[in-house]
Amino acid sequence: MEAQYIYIGLAAAFGLFMAWGIGANDVANAMATSVGSKALTIKQAIFVAAIFEFAGAVLAGGEVTSTIRKGIVDTSLLVGSEELLIYGMLAALLAAGTWLLIASRNGWPVSTTHSIVGAIVGFAAVGIGVDAVQWGKVGTIVMSWVASPLTAGFIAYLIYMSVQRLILHQEDPLAKAKRYVPIYIFFAAFTITLVTILKGLKHVGLHLSIQESYFLATAIALAIAVVGAFFIARIKADPKSEKKDHFYTVERVFAVLMVITACGMAFAHGSNDVANAIGPLAAVIGVATTGSIAAKSALPVWVLVIGGVGIVIGLATFGRHVIATVGKKITQLTPSRGFAAELAAATTIVIASGTGMPISTTHTLVGAVLGVGLARGIDAIDLRVVARILVSWVVTIPAGAFLAIIFFFIFRLVLP
Amino acid sequence: MANMLANIFGSSPVRPLEKHIGIAYRCAKQLQPFFSAAISGDWDKALEARDKIETLEHEADDLKKKIRLQLPKSLFMPVPREDLLELLLVQDKIANRTKDVSGLVVGRNLEVPSQIAEQFLEFVGRNVDAAKQARKSVRELDELFTAGFRGAEVALVEGLIEELDQIETDTDEKQAALRAALFEIEKDLNPIDAMFMYKVIELTGEIADMAERVGRRLELLLSH
Repeated sequence: MEAQYIYIGLAAAFGLFMAWGIGANDVANAMATSVGSKALTIKQAIFVAAIFEFAGAVLAGGEVTSTIRKGIVDTSLLVGSEELLIYGMLAALLAAGTWLLIASRNGWPVSTTHSIVGAIVGFAAVGIGVDAVQWGKVGTIVMSWVASPLTAGFIAYLIYMSVQRLILHQEDPLAKAKRYVPIYIFFAAFTITLVTILKGLKHVGLHLSIQESYFLATAIALAIAVVGAFFIARIKADPKSEKKDHFYTVERVFAVLMVITACGMAFAHGSNDVANAIGPLAAVIGVATTGSIAAKSALPVWVLVIGGVGIVIGLATFGRHVIATVGKKITQLTPSRGFAAELAAATTIVIASGTGMPISTTHTLVGAVLGVGLARGIDAIDLRVVARILVSWVVTIPAGAFLAIIFFFIFRLVLP
Repeated sequence: MANMLANIFGSSPVRPLEKHIGIAYRCAKQLQPFFSAAISGDWDKALEARDKIETLEHEADDLKKKIRLQLPKSLFMPVPREDLLELLLVQDKIANRTKDVSGLVVGRNLEVPSQIAEQFLEFVGRNVDAAKQARKSVRELDELFTAGFRGAEVALVEGLIEELDQIETDTDEKQAALRAALFEIEKDLNPIDAMFMYKVIELTGEIADMAERVGRRLELLLSH
C-alpha cells in the first residue's frame, strides 16, 4: 500500500508544523514572565523551556493525545471506511494551522486547543455524520474550557492572598520571604511532580503504588526546596536599590521561586499542548499502519518525541524573539505576582493533562493573572482585551470547524 | 502576533505618576533660585530660572495628558481610576502654581521689599519642602501597589503624609507672619506693588496647599 506513506508523511509534516507553531508562539506565555521579571535570561529560559516542554510532552502528554486521537470521533462508525478518519485528521491539522495563521496575521487572540478541537468536531459532524461525534465527551471538554481559567484564577487568588498576608504586609517582608518562599517551592514542586507521577508515568513503563508516588513526589519536592533555600540564603539585601523600592530584594527571593514555577509551566504546557499537534498525527499513523481502526494500537513514544522536537525547534527559531517581546510587555508580573499566576496555571493544566482534557494553556494563564488581579495584585488589567479573548473563544470553534470541513472534502477528492 | 497574555496588561500608571510628581517638585524647587535672584536684583538670572519653570511645567502638562490617555475606563485596577486621575490633577497644580507665581513676579518686575526678603525666602523654602515631601509620599505608590494597599507599607505612607501635613501647617503659620510683616510696611510701598506682594504670598502658599492635597488623595487610596 503506497498511499499509507503519503498519509503518514503528510500528517507528520502538518503535525510538525503545528508543533513548531506552538513552540514559536505559545511557549512564550509560559516563559515570558520569568524573562520579563529577570528571573531568567532569555538563553536560560529557552534552555529551561526546551528541557521541560520536551519532558512534559513525552512524560505526561499521553492522556490528552489519546483524547484528541480517539476521544472526540466515534471511530466505531468508520469501520470499512477508515480512510475518512485519515482525511479528516489531516484536514483538522491543516484547518487549525491555517486558522491560527489567519488569526495571528489579524491580531486575534485565539487558542491552539480550541482550533484543533473545533476542526475535529467539524469534519466529524459534517464529513461523516452528526452521530460520529462523541458529544458527551465534547461537552466535557467545552466545560473544561470554562472551568480551567476559573480554577486557575481561584487558586492564583488564594496563593497571592497568602503571599500578601504572610510576606508583603509584614514589617520585615525580606525575612518573611526568606522563611516562606522555600515552603512555596516545596508545594510547587510537590504538586506538579505528584500529578505527573500519578497520571503520566504509566505509558513510560513506570508503575508505582499510591504510597510510592507520594513518597517519591515528597522526596523530589524536598530536594528542590533545599536547593532553592540554598540560593535564597545567598541573596543579600542591596541598600541602594532598596531605597528606590523596598520590595527589591523580596522580589529577588521570589525570582528563585519563579524559576521553579517556570519549569512547571513549561512542563505543563508540553503535557497539554503537544497533543494538539500530534494527536491527529497519532490517529493517522494508527489507521495507516494497521489498516483498521478497531486494532488497539498503543501510542508510540516516538510520536510524542516528534511533538517535543517540533516545539523545541519552534522555540529555538521564533520563540526567542516572542519571549523577549512578551517579556517586555508584562513587567507588571513581578516575581511575587508571576509565580502565583504560574503556579496556579501549571497546577490546573497538569491536572487537566492527567485527566486527558485538552485545555487552552494560555486561557488558563490569563485566568490565573485575573485571579492575582482580583487579589489587588496587578496595577492595570485591560478588560477590553479580556472581552476580546472571550469573543475569540466563541468564534474559533466554528471557524476551525468550517475550515476543516472544506479541507476534508478537498482531501477526499484529491488523495488516493 | 497577538499575544493574549501580553495584551491583557494595560499600561501601569504607577511609574508615570511617580515621574510626574518628580517633575512638579523640580519645577517648584526653581522658585528658590528664582526669588533669590529677583531679590538681589539679578533679573537675567531670575529669567533663566523662570524659563526652567516654564519648561518643567510644560513637561508636567504633557506627561499629565499622556497618563490620562493611557488610563481608559476599561482598566481594572486595585484602586479607582478616578482617584488616580484626581491625584494626578493636584500634582499638576503644584507646577501650575509655581508657573503662576513666577509669571506674576516677572510680569511686573516685582521687588520683594528688603525688610521681609529673608522671611519670604524662608517661606518659599518651606513650600518647596512640602512639594518634596509630596514627592516622597507619591514615590511609595509602587510599593503600595505591590503590597495591595494593606499592611506595614500603609502605615509607612500614613507617617509620610502626617509629616507632609506638619510642613503645610508650618507654611500656614509662616504665611500669616509674613502677611503681618507686610502689613507693617505696606504704607511705605507703592500701593499696587503691595497688593501684588500679597497676591504673590498667597499663590506661593498654595504650593504647600496643593502638596497637602496630594497627601489627602493618597490617603483616599489607602482607604480602599
